[in-house]
Amino acid sequence: MALLQIAEPGMTTAPHQHRLAVGIDLGTTNSLVATVRSALAVVLDDEAGHSLLPSVVRYHANGDVDVGYAAQSAQNSDPHNTIVSVKRFMGRGIADIDDIASLPYRFVNAPGMVQLKTAAGVKSPVEVSAEILKVLRRRAEAALGGELVGAVITVPAYFDDAQRQATKDAAQLAGLNVLRLLNEPTAAAIAYGLDNASEGVYAVYDLGGGTFDISILKLSKGVFEVLATHGDSALGGDDFDQRIFCWMVEQGRFAPLSAGDMRLLLTKARDAKEALTEHTEVRVTAVLSTGEMMDATLTQAGFNAMTAGLVNKTLAPTRKALRDSGLAVDEVKGVVMVGGSTRMPCIRQAVADFFKQTPLTNLDPDKVVALGAAMQADVLAGNRAGDDWLLLDVIPLSLGLETMGGLTEKVIPRNTTIPTARAQEFTTFKDGQTAMSVHVLQGERELASDCRSLARFELRGIPPMVAGAARIRVTFQVDADGLLSVAAREQSSGVEASVQVKPSYGLGDEDITRMLKDAFTHAKDDMFARALNEQIVDAQGLIAATRAALAADAALLDETETAAIEAGIAALEKRMGGIDHLAIKRGIEALNAATTEFAQRRMDQNVRRAMAGQKLETFG
Amino acid sequence: MDFSQTHFELFGLPQSFALDRDKLDAAYRELQNTVHPDRFAAQPEAEQRVAMQWATQVNEAYQTLRHAVNRGVYLLKLQGIDAFDASNTRMAPAFLMQQMEWREAIEDARAGKHMAVLDSLTDDLRAAHRRIEAQLAELIDTAHDYEAASEAVRQLRFMDKLIAEIGDVYEELES
Repeated sequence: MALLQIAEPGMTTAPHQHRLAVGIDLGTTNSLVATVRSALAVVLDDEAGHSLLPSVVRYHANGDVDVGYAAQSAQNSDPHNTIVSVKRFMGRGIADIDDIASLPYRFVNAPGMVQLKTAAGVKSPVEVSAEILKVLRRRAEAALGGELVGAVITVPAYFDDAQRQATKDAAQLAGLNVLRLLNEPTAAAIAYGLDNASEGVYAVYDLGGGTFDISILKLSKGVFEVLATHGDSALGGDDFDQRIFCWMVEQGRFAPLSAGDMRLLLTKARDAKEALTEHTEVRVTAVLSTGEMMDATLTQAGFNAMTAGLVNKTLAPTRKALRDSGLAVDEVKGVVMVGGSTRMPCIRQAVADFFKQTPLTNLDPDKVVALGAAMQADVLAGNRAGDDWLLLDVIPLSLGLETMGGLTEKVIPRNTTIPTARAQEFTTFKDGQTAMSVHVLQGERELASDCRSLARFELRGIPPMVAGAARIRVTFQVDADGLLSVAAREQSSGVEASVQVKPSYGLGDEDITRMLKDAFTHAKDDMFARALNEQIVDAQGLIAATRAALAADAALLDETETAAIEAGIAALEKRMGGIDHLAIKRGIEALNAATTEFAQRRMDQNVRRAMAGQKLETFG
Repeated sequence: MDFSQTHFELFGLPQSFALDRDKLDAAYRELQNTVHPDRFAAQPEAEQRVAMQWATQVNEAYQTLRHAVNRGVYLLKLQGIDAFDASNTRMAPAFLMQQMEWREAIEDARAGKHMAVLDSLTDDLRAAHRRIEAQLAELIDTAHDYEAASEAVRQLRFMDKLIAEIGDVYEELES
């Protein structure tokens, strides 16, 4: 037998081998991919030297898909099939989209998430996002010269469970192993904090193309602790464009617009907004397909007046986040600006006035999130040793259940540090009641109908008892990605039911499988070979890690236990010789199950060692 | 994971209401550094699952000890006492009077949109909160008078609610 390396917990089993991992900022307007190379985070460019990939996807009738600049250039001529700012539709139903009348798409009112009718068929926002992620994955694999171990994907901190789940589904569809969903402001804080070796309380003000986040973080001894987060997942630069768009329609006294003209004016509106960052006024002209035209001057003062309401809309969540963190304005040491929209002078001024200090803008607001995500991906892939920082993030919105009378009962309050679990007991309302419906909600409002519905499921088979006698324990678990799973159990009978919170707003596993099949058929990829390869790589990793654990901590097991794990390894190795990827998958599951107790004992030992060191430090 | 271990034992702290906050924070950081799922993202699933369970437990323990009301409730629970038991609702009349006065003052400030009054009310409430915390430390750690301590815990929760209500009023007035 070969010599085994002894791995410390949390380190890779092969410390010398650099594992390829990336950070991806999946933005409303632009997306980026970054990685850590020779200890330095860098954004990866495409062949033409562009680092930004416009988050625009165009579908052709023959099934071809353009992503990025090629798609962007067609947005005026082919507006129905060219999807811009798809992030705004992730995990959202048709009723959630306010400005639906001024969007040039053919929406399909699907249950849960809205869908879009294109020349290549009906597409879900998850599929559209996956196209963007695929391009970034290929860009990274070409630049790094190998397959990725995994990716950290950033999401707005204020994204709810449905939006997070949709993002994770999109990554899965794009063939990415998600190491973690990371909140965008937290990612920016990593890039800033580590760059400047900061300590103290920082605010991250993140205004992107379609989302706004504000996070208050405490940086202390390598720990990034999010104290509070707030935001608006439907507020961003697009809304500022919309205001200019309305002004242009007014100026030109236009008749109802065609989809192409609508897109033309929106594009012109964005150009005008960007010009006003550098200039005090800008001339705006447009000629529509109908021959109608407009020609007017927009001043910075005029722009500020028409968008003052939007700027104020970012300050209300900022106040709330600060209050939730229990801090005053003068306790905030620095304010980090993130997102392209923070280039607008009116935003910089409003933030400076609010926090009574000049905000930090020394890192590129378009790249800082991707850079921070790349740094975190490097840590999670196990490429660093010992000097890792630690992130302690929170959930942005309270999680709860619907109770009698359509009211919300909060189970986990907003700004709770994750991972977290909380249980609540409920009882039956009627004599002989044998089923109970569980409605999972997210939001701060008192009425269930005002909160977001995440899932509904039923606990059946409760033994008939008098009203109030059954004890139903509902447990919420939020993992480190901020994703919720819920389980219900009747205590006396042990009847159980549980859900991964997916059904009402995310996609079911069958949907994902179908989309994967579609994608592979089109790409003429050999899905079978790919699945087999993936399982073999996973199995090799698991066996290596298990052997390393056995070599390090064999003393924690007796002979029978060691033999059982060895048998699990042997069984898996035998399956790896075959070509049945499902058999290998089952072997992996079996070995994972066989090592659970061992993993627990190893963790107990780690904790004892850590706390022993703590005592020495404290008393020494 | 040893569920018979108290939260105090987990962090290596003495079982008392008086708390060395720096020590708690340092122990919390050390423990999360050891057990957090981010430390096991590249490890097999079994280890990731164990990490999530541990990190969840450490967060729960930290939130319990960090907040005065939670810590008081927890210490009383370790003595077999439920501070919020339905049969255990005694509250000194003087405190109830004071409580009503505060409530009226908040309502007046809201109606008159007096931000400065809200600011000073917040300061008063925080000061009163600290006084009750000091009493609670005395009652639990020295006098071992758990009945009086239960009442003090209930008072603290009242204060927390009032402070939260002031927050809501700020929100209302600012929007």
